[in-house]
Amino acid sequence: MRQEVRSLDPLDSPGLLRARSSGAGLGTALSATLKRDLLMVTRRPGDALTPLMFFAMVITLFPLGISPDADQLALIAPGILWVAALLAALLSLDGLFRTDHDDGTLEQLMLTPHPLPLLVIAKVAVHWLVTGVPLALLAPLLGLMLSLPEGSYLVLSASVALGSACISLIGAIGAALTVGLARGGMLLALIVLPLFMPVLIFGSGAIVAVIEGGAWLAHLAILGAFLCVALMLAPWAIAASLRVSLHD
Amino acid sequence: MSLSLEARQLACERDGRWLFRGLDLTLNAGDVMRIEGPNGSGKTTLLKVLCGQIVDVEGEVLWQGEPLRRVRSELLANLLYLGHGAGVKAHLSALENLRWYQAISGDQVSSRDCELALARVGLVGFEEVPAIQLSAGQQRRIALARLHLTPRLLWVLDEPFIAIDAEGVAALEQLLAEHARRGGAVLVTTHHALERIEGLRSLRLAGEVAAA
Repeated sequence: MRQEVRSLDPLDSPGLLRARSSGAGLGTALSATLKRDLLMVTRRPGDALTPLMFFAMVITLFPLGISPDADQLALIAPGILWVAALLAALLSLDGLFRTDHDDGTLEQLMLTPHPLPLLVIAKVAVHWLVTGVPLALLAPLLGLMLSLPEGSYLVLSASVALGSACISLIGAIGAALTVGLARGGMLLALIVLPLFMPVLIFGSGAIVAVIEGGAWLAHLAILGAFLCVALMLAPWAIAASLRVSLHD
Repeated sequence: MSLSLEARQLACERDGRWLFRGLDLTLNAGDVMRIEGPNGSGKTTLLKVLCGQIVDVEGEVLWQGEPLRRVRSELLANLLYLGHGAGVKAHLSALENLRWYQAISGDQVSSRDCELALARVGLVGFEEVPAIQLSAGQQRRIALARLHLTPRLLWVLDEPFIAIDAEGVAALEQLLAEHARRGGAVLVTTHHALERIEGLRSLRLAGEVAAA
């Protein structure tokens, strides 16, 4: 197959064109899209840093707004950390497909013979890598600021890492639905925030459980189960939403 | 296997207005067809229908004699589509943009081929420059370099001459004629006359008002 493609190359031979069969090179397409999006992040690091700064800023507001009292803060810390991480991830979702849509590369991605649900996984994976993973790493530091009890920091990181992967997948459906709208950001929030509720419940639940000596692993396991279901279903929903948005 | 794209009795309605109705079209190897019509007459929509991007229309599109909904991926494997947007990432260089296109279209990625293709569209010396620093015409040329880079039977080009200078227009017209000679086919919308192309076929979309 590859040999045939090479011989058709107009740069080498001006011979007759022939029809090609579809199906080759899905792995190359996936890794190229992954690499391209990561390269885009290194060219514009500000886009990836904004949600992290937002996360840190929101957490800073709570001791100022409520009370710097360690006992009071520790009580509400799991919930605050999770809500802030969720909003920070939401903030970055709007741009997931928008830039690609504006410059026409999304259209080109959809015109490849490869299955679109698999290609969008590459884009969602990059979103998680540059948003969810840094949020998970930053969360313990901010937890310290809210006097989160010792011994819960690893679970906090794990729950944010797992939960943010669900958020990236579910949020991408909303991002795909609103990509054609001029001001889709607010609508995106309204569409996906209700869907984030189960993730929030079990995410903060895991931290509360570890503080109270409960079954925190069960909460993480449920988050893992959410992620598995989202991985199976969300790519199809994202692909269908993109088709609806672009070709209505 | 030579090329055949056929449309039978296509009809597309948008906002109570028929963009086209009862449209028949056959495109074979060696054809260059220009879609004409005033602004808003549905040229872009027709192109998108013919390459399977828009499916909610009446009528049927056949690729190699088979209904498009069944052989969509075969059509896409043989299609090179240049749309309204140049499809060029502003913060990536011309070379990085082309390498991505090579990878997603299933071809072997080769920087040498990309450089040669860029040379053919007159972008020697601009390979590593981020596209955002190039002019609109140069960005358009990055997209046009794909015509040299990835061999595809069917070219669907939506206003490919936008922002291209006179020399570039002549070279592109020659390229279209050359593609047709080699057994490819071209569907193009443009307001240029395309005088250098022999045997140019035309399809005019007039646009008509739907009966209430």
